[in-house]
Amino acid sequence: MNIEERRKERVDRGIKVRTDGIYAIMSLRELSYLTMPRLVLIVGLLILPLVMPGMYWQRVISIVCIYSLLAISFDFLAHFVGLVCLGGAFFIGIGGYIAAILNTSFGFPPIFTIPISTLLGAAICTVLLLPCLPLRGVYFAIVSLMYPLLMARIIEALNILGGTDGIVGVDSFANRWIEQYFVLLMVLLSLFGMRRLVNLDIGLVFRAVKDNDQAVRASGISITFYKAIAVFIASAMGCLSGACLVHIYMWSGISQFALDFSIIPIAATVIGGAGTLVGPVLGCFILVPISELLRDFGTLRIVFYSLILVAFIVFRSEGVMVYGQRKYHQFERWVKI
Amino acid sequence: MAILIYGIINSIALAIMALGFALVYGVSRVPNFAHGALYVVCGFVTWSLLRGLNLNYLVSIILAMIITGVIGALIYQFVLIRVRGMAISEIIASYAIGLAILEGFRWWGFKGMTYTLPVFVEGSINIGDIPVDLHRVVIVGICAAVVASLWLFTHYTRIGLALRGMAQDERAALMLGIDSDFMAVVAMAFGSMLAGLAAILLLPLGNIVVEAGYNVLILAIAVCIVGGLGSWMGAVIAAFIIGFAQILTVVYWGAHYQMVVALLAIIFTLILKPSGLFGRQKELEERV
Repeated sequence: MNIEERRKERVDRGIKVRTDGIYAIMSLRELSYLTMPRLVLIVGLLILPLVMPGMYWQRVISIVCIYSLLAISFDFLAHFVGLVCLGGAFFIGIGGYIAAILNTSFGFPPIFTIPISTLLGAAICTVLLLPCLPLRGVYFAIVSLMYPLLMARIIEALNILGGTDGIVGVDSFANRWIEQYFVLLMVLLSLFGMRRLVNLDIGLVFRAVKDNDQAVRASGISITFYKAIAVFIASAMGCLSGACLVHIYMWSGISQFALDFSIIPIAATVIGGAGTLVGPVLGCFILVPISELLRDFGTLRIVFYSLILVAFIVFRSEGVMVYGQRKYHQFERWVKI
Repeated sequence: MAILIYGIINSIALAIMALGFALVYGVSRVPNFAHGALYVVCGFVTWSLLRGLNLNYLVSIILAMIITGVIGALIYQFVLIRVRGMAISEIIASYAIGLAILEGFRWWGFKGMTYTLPVFVEGSINIGDIPVDLHRVVIVGICAAVVASLWLFTHYTRIGLALRGMAQDERAALMLGIDSDFMAVVAMAFGSMLAGLAAILLLPLGNIVVEAGYNVLILAIAVCIVGGLGSWMGAVIAAFIIGFAQILTVVYWGAHYQMVVALLAIIFTLILKPSGLFGRQKELEERV
C-alpha cells in the first residue's frame, strides 16, 4: 500500500509572465490584464457617489475616504518605513484643529484651510514625533499610541481650543458633490502617488530603513532624516483627512483624538492586506459600511470589528488584497511528490 | 504628611496594577494590552457572584480571581500564542481583545453608579492627624504581602524559578527542559489574577466602570515603561515615582493633570531611555 503524497504548487499565469516586461505587451488582452484592476478601482470609486442611495450613504462614502487616507498612511509607515504608528488619531486631531481654528478665527474658506492645515499639521506632527524617531518596534508603537491620548487630556485639562465642547461653527464644503469628489480624488491621488513613491529611489531607502537600518547607516545615509520625511508624508495624509473631516462635520473636538481613528485604519490594513497600499482602501470600504450598518447596536460594533481584527490577524494575516493578487497572477495545482 | 501617606497609598495601588503586566511581559515578551479589560472582568465577576448568586464576599473574590486567571490563560492559549514573536500583531491582537471585552460590557449596559463592591473594613484611623480609610490601610498591607510572596514564589519554587529562567533567557530555559509555551500560559494566568486582585482591592474605592479598564491599562504601561519593561523591581520603584508625581500634581495643580503626568512619563522615558530605569533590554533592540 503506497500513500500518495501531494502538495500544492503555485505557478505564475502565462499572461503575467508575458506582461512583466513592457516590451512584451502586444495584444489588447495583455493590456487589459494590466490596466483592468486599476481601471475598475478608479472608475468604481468615481461613480460610487452617483449610485449611492440617498444623502446618508453619500456621507458614508466621504467618511470611508477619510479612513482610507489614514489607512494608506498607516500602511506606508508600517510596511515601507518600519514605523508602526498606532496614533493615527494624532494626525487627524492636529489637522482638524488647525483647519477649525483657521476657519473660525481667521475666516479662511475651506479651499485655503485644507492645504494650509495639511502642510502645517504635517510639520507640527513631524516636529513633535521627531524625538521618538530613533525608537523602533514596540517602543515606537507604544509612544505613538500615547500621543493622541495625551493631546486629548491636555486640551481637557487646560480647557483650551474650546475644551471639551470643541470648536463649533466650521464652514462646510460648498456642496456635497464637491465634498465627495474632493475626498475621493485625494484618496486616488495619494494611493497612486504612494505606489509611485515607494518605487522611486527614496522609496528604496525607506524600505532599506525598514529591513536593515544598520546597513543604511553604514552607507552614510541619515536614518532619522529619512524617517522624518516619511513621517511628514504620512502625517500630511492624516492631517488632510482630519481637515476634511472637520469641514464635513462642521465641528472639531476631542473625539478626533479618540481611539476610533487609530484602530479602524489598522483593522482595515490587516483585513485588506498589509503592504499593498490598495488593500487598506479596500479594507476601509469593507469595514466602515459594515460598522455603519451596525450603528444601531451601539458599541457592539466595536466588539464586532475587534473580533474580526483578531480573527484576521491570527488566521488570515495576509489579508484580502494579497489573496486576491495571488489568485489573479497565479494558478494552483496539485503535484505528486 | 498627607502627601506622604497618600503618595504611598497611590504608589502601591499603581504597583499592584502594573505587576501583572510586568510579569506577563517579563516572561513571555507579550505586551498584554488586554490587561485593563481583565481588571474590569474580575471586578464584574466578583460583583455578579456577590450580588447575583449571594455568595460570601471572600468566596466570590477567590472564585473571581480564578475565573480571571482562566480567561487570561485561554486568551493566551488560543490567540496570542499564534502571533508570538510578531510584536505588532501581539499588540494589535491583545488590544483588540481588550477592546472587545470592554466595549462588550459597555454595550451590555454596564455603566453608571449601580455597580459597586463593598469595602473590606469600614471606618478610618488617624495616622498623625490625617484620617485614612481602613480599606486603604488594608490595601497597603495586602500589596506588601503580595509583593513579598511573589518574590518568595519566584525565588524558591520550581514554577517560579522556571518563570525567571524564561524571563532571563528563553533558549537556555528550553534546553533545561522548561516548556516555554506552558510557562507563558502560567505567567499569563498569574498576570490576569494579579490584574483581578488589583481590581478587587481598588474597585471598592469607586464604581466599576468601563473607563477604569482604559485608565488601568495606561497606568500599568506607564509604570512598566518607566521601570523598564520586563523588570519587576523596576515596576515597583517606578510605581512609587509616578505615584508621588501624581499626588504632587493633584495637590499643586489639579486633578485633571493626573493622567497627563502618566502619559508624559511614558513619552519622556521612551525618548530618553527606552529600556527604562531598570530595563535590561539591549540598546540596539530598541533604538537606532
